[in-house]
Formats: sequence, C-alpha cells, structure tokens
Amino acid sequence: MESTFAIARREFRTFFGSPIAYIVLGGFLLLAGWLYFSTLFLAGQASLRGFFAAVPVLFVVLVPAITMRALAEERKSGTLELLLTLPMEDWQIVAGKFLAALGMVAAGLVWTFPYALTVAALTGPGTAFDWGPVLAGYLGLLLLAASFIGLGLWGSALSRNQIVGFIVGLVLCFAFAFVDAFAALLPESLGQVLQYLSVNYHFDNIARGVLDTRDLLFYVSLTAVGLLLTTKTLSSARQ
Amino acid sequence: MPNSMIRIERLTKRYGPTEALRSLSFEVPRGQVIGFLGPNGAGKSTTMKILAGYLQPTSGKALVGDVDVAAEPVRARKLIGYLPENNPLYEEMMVVDFLRFIAEVRQVEKSVRAARIRNAVERCGLGGVIGKDISQLSKGYRQRVGLAQAILHEPDLLILDEPTSGLDPNQIVEIRALIKDLGKEKTVILSTHVLSEVQSTCSRVLIINDGQLVADDSPEQLTSAGEGALLVVLASRSGAPLELNHLHSVLSAVPGVTAVEPAEGEGHGTAGFRLRFGVEDPRRALFEAVVKHDLLLLEVRRTQASLEDTFRKLTAGEVRKAA
Repeated sequence: MESTFAIARREFRTFFGSPIAYIVLGGFLLLAGWLYFSTLFLAGQASLRGFFAAVPVLFVVLVPAITMRALAEERKSGTLELLLTLPMEDWQIVAGKFLAALGMVAAGLVWTFPYALTVAALTGPGTAFDWGPVLAGYLGLLLLAASFIGLGLWGSALSRNQIVGFIVGLVLCFAFAFVDAFAALLPESLGQVLQYLSVNYHFDNIARGVLDTRDLLFYVSLTAVGLLLTTKTLSSARQ
Repeated sequence: MPNSMIRIERLTKRYGPTEALRSLSFEVPRGQVIGFLGPNGAGKSTTMKILAGYLQPTSGKALVGDVDVAAEPVRARKLIGYLPENNPLYEEMMVVDFLRFIAEVRQVEKSVRAARIRNAVERCGLGGVIGKDISQLSKGYRQRVGLAQAILHEPDLLILDEPTSGLDPNQIVEIRALIKDLGKEKTVILSTHVLSEVQSTCSRVLIINDGQLVADDSPEQLTSAGEGALLVVLASRSGAPLELNHLHSVLSAVPGVTAVEPAEGEGHGTAGFRLRFGVEDPRRALFEAVVKHDLLLLEVRRTQASLEDTFRKLTAGEVRKAA
C-alpha cells in the first residue's frame, strides 16, 4: 500500500509541477464556469442542472488529457524499467497512477464548489436548498471520472506516445458517454443494452439523487475493467 | 543462508523468432565482483533484465539467493539494487526527492529512511547536488544518482548494466572506485565492453556470446591462457645487413621456442620477432644463440595475451556472422 501511495504522490506532484496541469484544469474550469453562468444569467435559473449535464461531456476530454502521460511517458523515457524492477506488483503501480489521476480530477472539481454555494445562497427565502442532489452529483462525477481514468490509463499504457494515449482514451470515453445517443431509434431490447453501457445514463440517475447499487456497480465494474486491461498491458512489457 | 547469490539455470529468452539467450547457466557465490562481457547483442542486458525482475524468461530459472525471480518477483527484487542500461531517471525531480521516492516505494523503514538516504548520498558523492533537478546534472552525476538509487535499501546484490558507458575518463575512474568500494561488502555483477574495467574491478569474468557462456574465469587466468610469448628485437653487431630468413632459422633452432613470427623492429638495421614457447623458458638459450651468431639483442620483452585477445578469440564467431 505504501508503494502505491508513493507512486500516487510522485505522479500528483509531477502533474502540478508541469504547465499542462494548469492549462488542462484551467480550460476545464473556464468551460464549466461559462456553462454554469450562462444558465444562471441567461436562463435566469439558480440551478446546477446545466452544470451537471455539461461536466460529463467535458470529462470526455479532460480525463484523457490528465491520464495520457501517466504510462506513455514512463515507457518513452525508460523509467518503466526502473518502476517494473521495484519491489511491488504491477497492479500496485496502476493503482498509484489511478489514485493520482483521481486526485487531479478532484483538485479541479473543488474549484466548482463555489457554484453550488452561490446557488444555495440564491435560493429564495422560505425554501430550503436541497443539498442531496448536489452531493450526489459530485459523487456521480467522481465515479464517472474513475471509470474514464481506467479507460484513459489503458490508452496511455498502449503506446509510448502521449498523443496516441490521449486519442485512444478520448475515443473510449466518447464511446461510453454517447453509446446510447441513438438508442431511441433502435429496437427496445438493444436500446436498453446500449443505455446500460452509457456512463451518462447512470450519471443522470445518480445526479437525480437516487443512489442505486446498479449504477454504483456499473461504475465500479467499468473502472475495474479499465484498470485490469491497463495492468495486463503494462505486464506485457515484460515479455 | 544459501551460498550462491545468483544461480542461472538453462535460461532461455526468445524475442519473437530471435533467441537472445540459449540455455545459459552459471552461478555466482556471495561476495564476488563479476564482470559480464560480450559483444553487443550477446545477451548481457537480457540476462541482467531477467535477473533484475524486469523481463520474464522464456524458460529456465534465475535465482537470487534462494528466491526464484519469476515465481516470487517482489521478494527477489527486494534483494537487488539495479542500475539499468542508460540509467533512466525522473528528470523533473530533485535528487533528494527522487531518492526519497525510491525509499518510499522500497518501503525502507521510516526510522532509518533519512539515514539511508544520507548514507547513499555520501557514498556516491552527491552532497553538493541533492537540491538540483536531475535534468540539470552532468552524465557523471546522473550515474551517481543511479548508483545511489540502487544501494539505498542496502541490497545483497547489485546489478549494474554498463555503469561507465558514456562517461569521460575522470568520471570513469571515480565510478570504478565507487564500484570497487561497494564490491567489498556486496555481490556485484556488472556488464561492460571496456575490458580494462574488468581487469581493474572484477575478481571473475563471464564472457557470453550469442546467448551462451563461452568463458568463465579470473581475469588473470583469461589473460595468461593465451600462452606467453617473447618479443625480441635484434640488430647486427658488425653492421652487416640482416638476413631475415637466416635469423628466422637461428631463432627457430633455439631450444624451447615453438614458433617464430615476424614482428615490428625498431627501424633500419633491426628486426623484430615474436617467439612462442611452451613449458620451457627459452631466454637463456636465446642469449647464447644471439652471441654465437654475432647478433645484438636490443630488446627482450615477455608479452601476455591481453584480455582483448582472449575476448576477440572467444567471440570471433559473432564478428564473422555480422560481417
């Protein structure tokens, strides 16, 4: 466990020591803020609905941008050999990278918390602001990010080129975000399968404030699959 | 505690269709400093990578102490300090942060962590640069960081893959001295193509070629195995021109000499020869013959086959194949 945390800490620090971190997180916050304030001022609604609808789409780009260098860079610079000869299991390395990336996403999300506070402050007198859906929304975002990180890490593990890692991650996240886009046009049974595979569908459930184990299980499974594939790909460097 | 530190048993490694190692076997007892020699592509790095727990062997076994590297990788890697070829390091980290990171991953106990890092920094002479980013360091210092990283957890076995490649002569001397010093208490296996390095640091040499062991001996034995020779330079006493054929027959007739080959002389009026000899030392008879034939002996030198000669002889097949 200590080794995993050491990997995570190093990764996290390196990320925030590079300009990429500020560009990526800055871009994310700018877009999220713009989407939030446009609902607030243009539509005149004190609601986080627009924000929660937009962030998963932003994550499709943000998460692969965060994970792209995680393993590709190790491969490229040769430090993978150093890492793979340290006394720990391959999955511990992947777990460390995963925790670091989740920390980075969380570090970005923290800055959107003031939006929730503003909305709470703007709620009309007499009506209590319902924090339930907000907290559930943030939990949902973290779960969604976790599953995207699994996919993004796998993309990064596949190549020594960060850009390839980014594109593979982007395509995978995009696919899982929009897999149900045409569900309505398809036969119902197939449509339901696609809907079940969609990260957005499960996120909407959670963001409504309904914590269903089926939705949790979906995210946990998708994350696990991503991390398993990453570990397998990483181990294949030993061949 | 098992006696041997490394045991390699019929190790084979295939990369696709190419066979990098073919049934390689050897054993290294505790405390030896081993030089691992071979031409490029002979399988040195592959062997070290398997031993260090990076690559999986195709078949065969590699044991460190009594731990099978493939079966219990994590336990085996704890016993090893490894300096990979090209010494990959996290460029953007400060030296001290990097060493701390390695200590954390290696789970060096918190109570001794600071002391271990200080010790490694001191031994590798990194005191002046611990606050610098690794990317700013010279090659010599980078190599020291690589070594510090490898000895941080006080491993029993050090695996150093070309520790002096790409360094300038001063840096090479420093790193060699450091390795020699480390070899006093640890088992060290180092690969190199610099043969003098082996002579100055190693107590035993393994030469591999084409994935197989071709020699396993002390550097002294390997250099003397190429049998002795005398290099002589002759001149005429009277100033009369030298007749090479005549000299050749005179030298061949000296008791003890088994072969005579022409060698370089010292310019006009001199002639050089290389005399091979067997068990009997021909020097006394040589002097008598020289006097008898009214010749002048300008030089007699005993030469030893250099490690280069032995190395070239043993690995010549590879060169021929490549040509």
